[in-house]
Amino acid sequence: MKKVFERPHALSDVTLHYCPGCTHGIVHRLVAEVIDELGIEGNTVGIASVGCSVFSYNYFECDMQEAAHGRAPAVATGVKRALRDKIVFTYQGDGDLAAIGTAETVHAATRGENITVIFINNTTYGMTGGQMAPTTLVGQVTQTTPYGRKTETQGYPINMSEMLATLEGTAYIERVAADSVQHIRAAKKAIKKAFETQIAGKGFSMVEVLSTCPTNWGLSPAESMQWLRDNMIPQYPLGVFKEKE
Amino acid sequence: MSEKVLMKGNEALAEAAIRAGCRLFFGYPITPQTEVSAYMSKRMPQVDGLFLQAESEVAAINMVYGAAGAGARVMTSSSSPGISLKQEGISYIAASDLPCLVVNIVRGGPGLGGIQPAQSDYFQAVKGGGHGDYHLVVLAPASVQELVDLTAEAFDIGDMYRVPVMIMGDGMLGQMMEPITFGEPKKRNLPEKTWATTGTAMQRKKNVVNSLYLTPEELEELNNERAKRYAAIEENEVKVELQQVEDADLVLVAYGVTARIAKTAAAIAREKGMKVGLIRPITLWPFPKKEIANAAKSAKCFLTVEMSQGQMVEDVRLAVNGAKPVHFYGRNGGIVPTPDEIVKEMEKLLGGANE
Repeated sequence: MKKVFERPHALSDVTLHYCPGCTHGIVHRLVAEVIDELGIEGNTVGIASVGCSVFSYNYFECDMQEAAHGRAPAVATGVKRALRDKIVFTYQGDGDLAAIGTAETVHAATRGENITVIFINNTTYGMTGGQMAPTTLVGQVTQTTPYGRKTETQGYPINMSEMLATLEGTAYIERVAADSVQHIRAAKKAIKKAFETQIAGKGFSMVEVLSTCPTNWGLSPAESMQWLRDNMIPQYPLGVFKEKE
Repeated sequence: MSEKVLMKGNEALAEAAIRAGCRLFFGYPITPQTEVSAYMSKRMPQVDGLFLQAESEVAAINMVYGAAGAGARVMTSSSSPGISLKQEGISYIAASDLPCLVVNIVRGGPGLGGIQPAQSDYFQAVKGGGHGDYHLVVLAPASVQELVDLTAEAFDIGDMYRVPVMIMGDGMLGQMMEPITFGEPKKRNLPEKTWATTGTAMQRKKNVVNSLYLTPEELEELNNERAKRYAAIEENEVKVELQQVEDADLVLVAYGVTARIAKTAAAIAREKGMKVGLIRPITLWPFPKKEIANAAKSAKCFLTVEMSQGQMVEDVRLAVNGAKPVHFYGRNGGIVPTPDEIVKEMEKLLGGANE
């Protein structure tokens, strides 16, 4: 009998620890499929970060390093500069990439560091129980914004893709979403393009994936997908923000 | 190459690192170690190596983590406030069993402090600095030649035991010029880095560089395994210089350039008829406990001299273990003690002890 669907080789045969309805599992699979399709598993080093995706070093079959909170782009820089012919990617959440690791992110980007960043934006700190993230929407209730995020005291959400696209060193920046079949297909294309950008030696590539956190949002998985569509996409429009020829 | 050259400490250190096979340097400018970066930025491209100026000390040490995890011989250097920033990364590097070299050209503290030489980072270097149970091997050269010799040694010790190693100098050692030779460092039989994340090439199971263990039993077991390597380092890697300790009434204990000043003070004291010896720890961790305990059998007292308010003196007291009095003399904030000041202290102590 012909096999029509199977686990990508680059995705480890273990049970993921993610909550039901969380889109990390989808994005992991997309990254693993891309690694398989490009045939780069044996040639790739992944960098896990601190947050819900910390255990991604258990979920990808390639060599992995686990970085301190926010430092994944610096660690990736160290790996890439030591092993110039290897493919290096980071997998980071929004607290990691856009708060504590902002400096590492911006400077890896502006150096044109030839790495690929997979950036999960779910507007919250998932692992610690749903606190305000730099990406939390105005008015959004979280554990540390119980009255909703107020711009007077907590400022505004940060649009990382738009910001990084202004830097000369970035080669490919796209924002996608993991809320529907159509968007997930587009997300995979973007992830593949990001890795291809690195393989071509063009410089820094990042795919921001709008993701859900049903547990901390207090919504069902289906409601979460709808919430993402209704609330996140207006603040974080999908599309390609940078593509160097 | 074995001819004599005149070199500044910071530059000699950088050259020695390159000769020891280091091809990756990640740094951030800070006085008084900036010459290390400047030298590296010029020399590394000539040997197909990499100098990268990071956006911060925090980023630099995490780049070191990545490169060390990929199996490279790698280093960073900084001075006190910058070393404080690196502590997070140093803890992760120690916890992930990665070898690397961290250089601290110490300046006066705390806070922004000053830019003159000091030894006030001793506690930070030998007692942890970052969080968790771990050690750095800490080497404290007293001359530019020794700085050169210990640089190759530092990389080898790191690779041998899979630990981060620190060379602790001070602003004076970094800035002064002395004639040196780059000898052939003695080769150690180093283990292969089979744990490095170099890509599986689909030939082996994946390697993971990591310090997260949520099962307490697993974490304890790994920490205990590392402690065995620390015990082996304490057994095999102590370096210490002893001078005229056998017949000494008073034993000076000092490291780094302070030990050179103490040596002059000891010579003056001997001329004056005082029986003075010197113990110079070259490794601050592992600390030469046995040598100090041994000296406590014959000496009447100890005088520890430091460019701090008294940090190493605590380890001297632990080693002496109450057998004899351990005194302290120090200057800090960037002030270097003079031989005369030390002689005066010894006269006070021996005057009392002899009469």
